Amino acid sequence: MEYQSKIVLVGNPNCGKSSLFNILTKLKQKITNVPGTTIENKTGTVTLGSRKIELIDTPGTYSFNPKSLDEKEAIKVFFQDPPPDTILYIADASNLKRNLFYFSQLAQQGTPMILALNMMDIADFKGFEIDVERLEKELGIRIFKINARTGEGTQALKSALFEDQFVPHYAFGSENDHTHESHFDSIAKLLNKTTTIKTKRELISSKIDAYATHPIIGYFLFLVVLLCIFQSVFTLASYPMDWIENGFGILGESLAEFLPAGWLKKLIINGLVAGIAGVVVFVPQIAILFFFMSLLEDTGYMARVSFIMDKMLRGLGLSGKSVVPLLSGAACAIPAIMSTRNMENWKDRLITIMVTPLMSCSARLPVYTLLISMAIPNTPVLGIISLQALVMLAMYVLGTVAALLAALVFKWFIRYNIPSYFIMELPVYHAPRWGNIWMNCWQKSKSFVTEAGKIILIISIFLWFFASYGPKPNETFSLQEAPKLEQSYAGYFGKAIEPAITPIGFNWKIGIALITSFAAREVFVGTMSTIYSVGDEENFNQLRQKMNADLDDLGQPIYTLAVILSLMVFYAFAMQCMSTLAVVYKETKSWKWPFIQFVYMTLLAYLGSWVVFNAFS
Amino acid sequence: MRLSDLPLGNIARISSIEDSPYKEKLQEMGCIPGVLVKPIMKAPFGDPIAYELEEYTLSMRRNEAYSIHVNPLDSLFNS
Repeated sequence: MEYQSKIVLVGNPNCGKSSLFNILTKLKQKITNVPGTTIENKTGTVTLGSRKIELIDTPGTYSFNPKSLDEKEAIKVFFQDPPPDTILYIADASNLKRNLFYFSQLAQQGTPMILALNMMDIADFKGFEIDVERLEKELGIRIFKINARTGEGTQALKSALFEDQFVPHYAFGSENDHTHESHFDSIAKLLNKTTTIKTKRELISSKIDAYATHPIIGYFLFLVVLLCIFQSVFTLASYPMDWIENGFGILGESLAEFLPAGWLKKLIINGLVAGIAGVVVFVPQIAILFFFMSLLEDTGYMARVSFIMDKMLRGLGLSGKSVVPLLSGAACAIPAIMSTRNMENWKDRLITIMVTPLMSCSARLPVYTLLISMAIPNTPVLGIISLQALVMLAMYVLGTVAALLAALVFKWFIRYNIPSYFIMELPVYHAPRWGNIWMNCWQKSKSFVTEAGKIILIISIFLWFFASYGPKPNETFSLQEAPKLEQSYAGYFGKAIEPAITPIGFNWKIGIALITSFAAREVFVGTMSTIYSVGDEENFNQLRQKMNADLDDLGQPIYTLAVILSLMVFYAFAMQCMSTLAVVYKETKSWKWPFIQFVYMTLLAYLGSWVVFNAFS
Repeated sequence: MRLSDLPLGNIARISSIEDSPYKEKLQEMGCIPGVLVKPIMKAPFGDPIAYELEEYTLSMRRNEAYSIHVNPLDSLFNS
């Protein structure tokens, strides 16, 4: 495919770049109302008839001197080989002065530019009038008024991309003076000539903010929002999760009839299909949680949450910008850790990365669900909530408190002298852009399936092998033959670590599950099903009953309250997710941090379990 | 006067910004001598503070606001 030219789309955060990119390329990607949500450059193709242009979308940037990782990424496109032919600069027309600062820096590069003025509706509301013809003459480039929400004006812009472009000739600053002051001075002069302000009306935003940032109502509102989200995640996600589980069950059964017997059949059914099912079953929860997160970000509410939480989080070595990663961590730590890229301060960012995996992610949910149903009676408390739901909530609180306390500890240990700051735009509230929210959801779920999915799948296959074969040759075990599991490789591993886990109340069977769970937590339930030979067609209740009926050598139940609580605490704290460690390595560019994370979380889990086990037994 | 001391709702003109690791960030966000600012709301515990700056809302911590010197527009009414 031959591209006519290469165009980069740049502008300040939250000015509508990604919306415009989506319209121009018809290729969807994430756009939200938190400044700085495009974290990587993305490439798409603009097509007009048979002609094609390569369009690169960049993370929003305030200047040519990047402050954070995502901004550094944005600047990189200008140093590509070949360099971009044209810069398509998009500016928020309702806030033109600041939006033109980065423009003024780029205008000196000698690259042809096009200017797109977005959010004209808000500019109109604020009473701004922009003389586009005059502005075109002053700058010497083509300018288009667009509305990236509705697509208005984007057709004209699109065809213009295929025509000749011009280098801006307006002199920003002076020959020897390119300070911020001189550039803003030139911009002010330019705008004096080309814009007029008629009336000034108050936006609805300030009225909402009176509640959203209120010292009491603000936090209360946030708490209510959180509870509503988690309630919906639990109730809504259970239906699609059932369908997925049943669907894969049917698939496994039909494959069982269809495939010829042999090790390949076992590998496909018990390794591959079970592995894929284990990944896909989490997608509904992750998608629903990210739907709500995107909704809050897109409307502008999340920026207010950062604003009201900053002071508290600062004391713990975090910042208001840690809110989004921490909350995303309740779905999956992988996209959560990737969303720290817009944090300018290395220390804030590192601490956020280090503690995010302590937030109870959706992979812990099936583990909690199984264990709670084994030990906690479903009795109502205060007539409304069940004791089981209360314990579940307590596990989330436990994870959050642990994350915050761990942050406090890291704050003392990590040496970094550059002070942290919180200089952030509070965007105007607006109605949700459903298309964008849906796409964000899809992107995050995709990153979970591709990032975590690969590793979970590979580990599931290994697990199947180690549980099916043993050191004694000529003997293979079926996954449904539990007594023989003891003689498989997995059984030997479990026995080998038993002395280490006896102090926290675990036997070798749990040991096997712990080992397999170091790949991914949710493998616990599958491993337990294997150990207690619960077939695919049987359900959770049977596993629960079999586990509860399991007795030790003295005839006492193995799964006492103490053991179960100890297990739950272990799963809340332990670093049992290889995909997360891989992402932490990628984001910190060092094995040191994933290593420290693994050690501290596992130690915390061991100590926590030891305390709980001894307190309850 | 420092921006962090400007009471809510009062308008002032930025006169200078002290050197700091975040000076450049403040400048590129539009905090430039001559620009008008108005504190419009404070987060609980009085920090950070949101300012109306030109045509948008910028939030910053008290610390950052402390590094910005301002001249209140109407010192008669603001005192």
